[in-house]
Amino acid sequence: MIAPAKPDLVTVNIDGQEIAVPKGTNVIEAARLVNVDVPHYCYHPKLSVVGNCRMCLIEMGMPAVDPATKAPIMDPATGKQKINWIPRPQIGCGTNVSPGLHVKTTSPMVKDAREGVMEFLLINHPLDCPICDQAGECKLQEQATGYGRGYSRFVEQKNVKPKRTQLGPRVTLDDERCILCSRCIRFSKEIAKDDVLGFVDRGSYSTLTCYPGKKLENNYSLNTVDICPVGALTSTDFRFKMRVWFLKQTIAIDTESSVGANTVVWSREGTIYRITPRRNDEVNDTWLADSARVLYKAVKAVDRLAATETIEALVARAAALFQSAPGAIAVVGSGRSTVEEQFLTRHLATALKASAQLVSRVGQGDKLLISADRNPNVRGALVTGLIKTLPAQQLTDLATQIDAGKIKVVVAINEDLSVAGLTTAQLAKVSIVYLGAHANATSAAAKVVFPTLTVFEKSGAFVNQQFRIQKTLKAVPAAGGATDDLVVLAQLVVAAGGATLPAELAALWKAIAAEVPMLATMTFANLPENGLVLDATPFAALPFVEGETLHYKPAQPAVAAAIA
Amino acid sequence: MRAPEQHRIIFKHIDEPGYTNDIGCYLRNGGYEVLKKAVSRKPEELIEEVKKSGLRGRGGAGFPCGVKWGLVDRKSGKPIYLIVNADESEPGTFKDRYIMHQDPHQLIEGTMISCFANNVKQAYIYIRGEMPHGARILEKAIAEARAANFVGPNILGTGYSCEIFVHRGAGAYICGEETGLIESLEGKRANPRIKPPYFPAVLGLYQCPTIVNNVETLCHVKYIAEHGGAEYAKIGTPGNTGTRIFCVSGHVQRPGYYEFPAGTITMGQLLNDVCGGPLPGRKFKAVIPGGSSAKILRFGERFKGKRKVGTELVDYDWGVEDVPMDFDSLGMIGTMGGSGGVIVMDDTVNMVEALANINAFYSHESCGQCTPCREGSLWMKKITSRMVHGQARNEDAALLKSVADQIPGRTICAFGEACSWPTQSFIAKFGDEFKQYPETKKTAKPVDAVALV
Repeated sequence: MIAPAKPDLVTVNIDGQEIAVPKGTNVIEAARLVNVDVPHYCYHPKLSVVGNCRMCLIEMGMPAVDPATKAPIMDPATGKQKINWIPRPQIGCGTNVSPGLHVKTTSPMVKDAREGVMEFLLINHPLDCPICDQAGECKLQEQATGYGRGYSRFVEQKNVKPKRTQLGPRVTLDDERCILCSRCIRFSKEIAKDDVLGFVDRGSYSTLTCYPGKKLENNYSLNTVDICPVGALTSTDFRFKMRVWFLKQTIAIDTESSVGANTVVWSREGTIYRITPRRNDEVNDTWLADSARVLYKAVKAVDRLAATETIEALVARAAALFQSAPGAIAVVGSGRSTVEEQFLTRHLATALKASAQLVSRVGQGDKLLISADRNPNVRGALVTGLIKTLPAQQLTDLATQIDAGKIKVVVAINEDLSVAGLTTAQLAKVSIVYLGAHANATSAAAKVVFPTLTVFEKSGAFVNQQFRIQKTLKAVPAAGGATDDLVVLAQLVVAAGGATLPAELAALWKAIAAEVPMLATMTFANLPENGLVLDATPFAALPFVEGETLHYKPAQPAVAAAIA
Repeated sequence: MRAPEQHRIIFKHIDEPGYTNDIGCYLRNGGYEVLKKAVSRKPEELIEEVKKSGLRGRGGAGFPCGVKWGLVDRKSGKPIYLIVNADESEPGTFKDRYIMHQDPHQLIEGTMISCFANNVKQAYIYIRGEMPHGARILEKAIAEARAANFVGPNILGTGYSCEIFVHRGAGAYICGEETGLIESLEGKRANPRIKPPYFPAVLGLYQCPTIVNNVETLCHVKYIAEHGGAEYAKIGTPGNTGTRIFCVSGHVQRPGYYEFPAGTITMGQLLNDVCGGPLPGRKFKAVIPGGSSAKILRFGERFKGKRKVGTELVDYDWGVEDVPMDFDSLGMIGTMGGSGGVIVMDDTVNMVEALANINAFYSHESCGQCTPCREGSLWMKKITSRMVHGQARNEDAALLKSVADQIPGRTICAFGEACSWPTQSFIAKFGDEFKQYPETKKTAKPVDAVALV
C-alpha cells in the first residue's frame, strides 16, 4: 500500500481541547474528532456547504497579536495568549480550521443562538411526530431535545403547505415538515447529476418541488430520503410501515454489482422493511442506488423454492447422479455466491474432477454506484481459485460438450442455465443438480433441487471491483424449506468423494486461510466493517469490464471504454 | 441656523427644464468629456483618485469604494466583472430611479470610467424588475453610447473594449444584496452566498472577481474622475465626503429628493427648512433616516456622548433635529444613513400599525434561505398583523423584541439586520404605544383613515 502524503496539520482549540486536524477540515468535523457535537441540518459531509440552517452557529476567536509587531498579546490572568473572540456567532460548517482557532460550543451566546434557531424551525413545523415516519431518527426531534427551550411562544397560525406530493415513483414529500435545508436539492444536482428539485415561493412560504415537467425518478432518488434531516421526504415503499425503533440493523453489502456498496438492512421478527446506505468513504460514501433497496423483496418472493424432501435424501440423489457419470460432470458456479461458497464450489469441482465456470453479467455502468459487472463477486472466484480467467456471458463450450455427449451431469449454483445460453433440449439432455433460492427454467428442468438462501439470510464475504473484501451478515432467519448454501455444498463435496469441510463460517475460514494465500491471515470475525483491500497484482492483467464509478478507476481504461 | 444651499452634482440636471435623457442633450452639456480624458490616463491613477476621494458606497452600507476596488483579485487571470446595482428597492429610497430615468448617460459614463479603471471588459446593469421604463431608457442610452463609440469595441480608438448589458430582475428586494444579485444574474434564485468564501471581489459572478457598485456611487466616480479625488474630498466633511441625496417621504410639506454636501445638514434643517416642516396642525413624531430598515428615531429623545471632531473628542447632546445627516453621526446614535431614504411620520401615525406595514414588507421579501430571517420575519409580521387586525396582547411587545433579538448577526446576509432592526427600534422607542395598543384599538378610526396592511 502506498501511504497517503501526510496532510498539513492545523492545531485548533475546541472547548479547551487542543487537536491537530488536516488543513481544510471545517469546524464541525474538527469538533467531531474531540467528541464535541455541533448540531446542524443543512451541512452534509459529502455535499457542498451552503450554511443556511444556522444551527451550527458557534463562538470563534483567534489568538491576539500586536498589529504592529505581530507579537502575541498575553493575558495576565491566565498566562496564555489572549483570544480575540468574534462578537457574532459564526457557522461551523462554512468555517475551515486555521492555526490557533479557538471555538466555544457551550457559551451563552451559542446556547442562545441554538435556542433561537430551534424555535424558528419549530414554529411552522407541524409537530405531527406521532404519525411521522422520521420519528426516532429525526434530527429536529433530537436537537429540539438537546438544544431547544422546550416550550413554544408561537400563538399564530402555522403555514399550510402540500402534505403528500409524489416527487417521483419512490419519494413522497410532506412540505410542511420541510425545514428548507436544501440537502436534497444539492444531492440531486451534485451527486445524482439530475437537477430536478428546487424551491418555489419565498421566505417561510418557500416550498420544495420538482421543476415543471420533471420528476425525481433517477435511480438515486431515495438518497434524498436518507439525507432529509426531518420527515419531509419519505420513501413511498417504507412510509407508514414500521417504527424505526422496532427495527434491527444488520450490516450488509449491495450485491447488484461489483461496486459492493455498504448497506444496513432493517428488519423485525424475520421481515425486512428497508435497506439504507452505510457510510464507507472508499466505496459508496453515504449513497446507495434505489435498485439496491428493493433487493430484500427476493426474500419473500412468491417463486422461492422450498424443499419437499430432507437434505439427506437430496444429497443421496445427487451422489447417485455423480456416480453415474464420472468424468462427465460440469460445475457452473456463481459470481453472486459468497467467497465461502465459491471456496466450497472449487472443492466440489475438484472432487468431481469437473471443470468449473462462471456466468458473467455485464450491463451499463452508471458511473456512480452500479458498475458494468453485475456480478458482485467475480473477484472472489478469482481469489479462491474457482476460476482463472474472467467468465463469458454464454456457456458456449458447455453447450458444445453437452451436444457431443461429453457432459451428462451439470451442477448449477444460483445460475439459470437457460439465460446463459443453454437450450431447453440441452437442459433436457443432462441431469441437473440445482442450488438456488428461486424457481427458474433450470430448477424446473433439474433432477435434484436444493432450495438455498438469499443473501439476506446468510453471512459471508464478497470481493468488490477494488479487490476489497467486505462482509455481509445474516439479517433474517432462513425461509422454511431452504438450507444454507454452505451446508449443501459441504455435503455435496463429501458426496463427490472430497474431504469433509466445515459449513460453519469460523471453522470454514480456517480452511480458507490455510489454502488461499491472499486470505491467509484473515478470519471472518476480523474482517473490518469497511472491508479490507487485497493485493490485486496477480490479476492485474485480466481485462475487467468495469468502467469508472465513484471511488473506482479501472486499471485498463481502454477495455472499459470498449465495453461502454 | 439656516440650512445650507443644495449642492447638486449628481442631480445637477434632474428636473432641469428642457433636459432630456438622449445622448444629444448629454453631449451638449459636456457629456462623455470625462470619459475621453479618463481613457488616456493610467487605470491605476483613476483608482488612486477614487481612493483619495474617500467616496463611500451609496447603496446603504457606506463601504469605501476605493477599498472595495482595492480588494479585487487582479492576479487570478480571470476576467473582472463590474455590476451596477440598480435594484433600488429599500422602501423610502428613490434616487437611482431618477438618475436612470432622466440622466442615464451620466451613469453609463461613470460605469465606463470605472470599468476602464478596473480593466473590466464586461459590465452589467442589474435593474429592479419593477422599473421596466428605466430598463428601456438604459437600453436605448447604451445603444446611443455604443453608436458614439463610448461603449463596445475599441472605445474612442484606445484599443480598450467594454460591453454593458442591462439585466432586469424579477422584482425581489434581496436582489439588491450583492451576492444575491450575482446569483440572480447567473440565472438562479437570489439566495445570498456565504462569505467566506464567496466574497465578490474574489469569487463573484461566474466565480470571477466582481465589483458591485450602486448607481449613484458610479455617478460620483465620474465626478471624481473629472475633478480629482482631492477636490471631491473637499465637499462634505472628513469621512463623509461628497454629496448625499436624501429622498424625503411621508409627513412633510415638500417631500422629494435633495442633494447636500454630506454632513453639512442636520435632520431638523432638512425636514423643517428644506422640506417645509410638518403638515399643518401636525407634529413630527418619528423619522427613519436611511430607508425602512434603519432604526427609527423618536422626536424628543436626546443622544449624548463624545465624538471626534478633527483629532479632539467633543461632547455632543443632540435632539433628533440636531443630528448631522452623515454615515458616522447617524451611526453614533444607533441608526444609519443607509440609502438616504428619510421616512417621516407625524402624530397621526400609530407605531404598531407602521411596524405592521414594515414587517409585512420584510416577511414578503426574505429569500427564505436561512432560518432566523425566514421564520423570524414572518413571525414578527404575524404578530404585528394580529395586533392590528385581531387581538393585541399585553405580552406582544416583549415577544416581538425577543423574536427580533434572535435574528441579527446570525444570518448569511444583512437582511437579518434589515428585518429585525425596525422591530427592535420601534419597541425600544415606542414600547409604550405597543403596550397601550389593546386600549388604543378601542377608539374608532377616522372614516378617511388609510386601510391598514
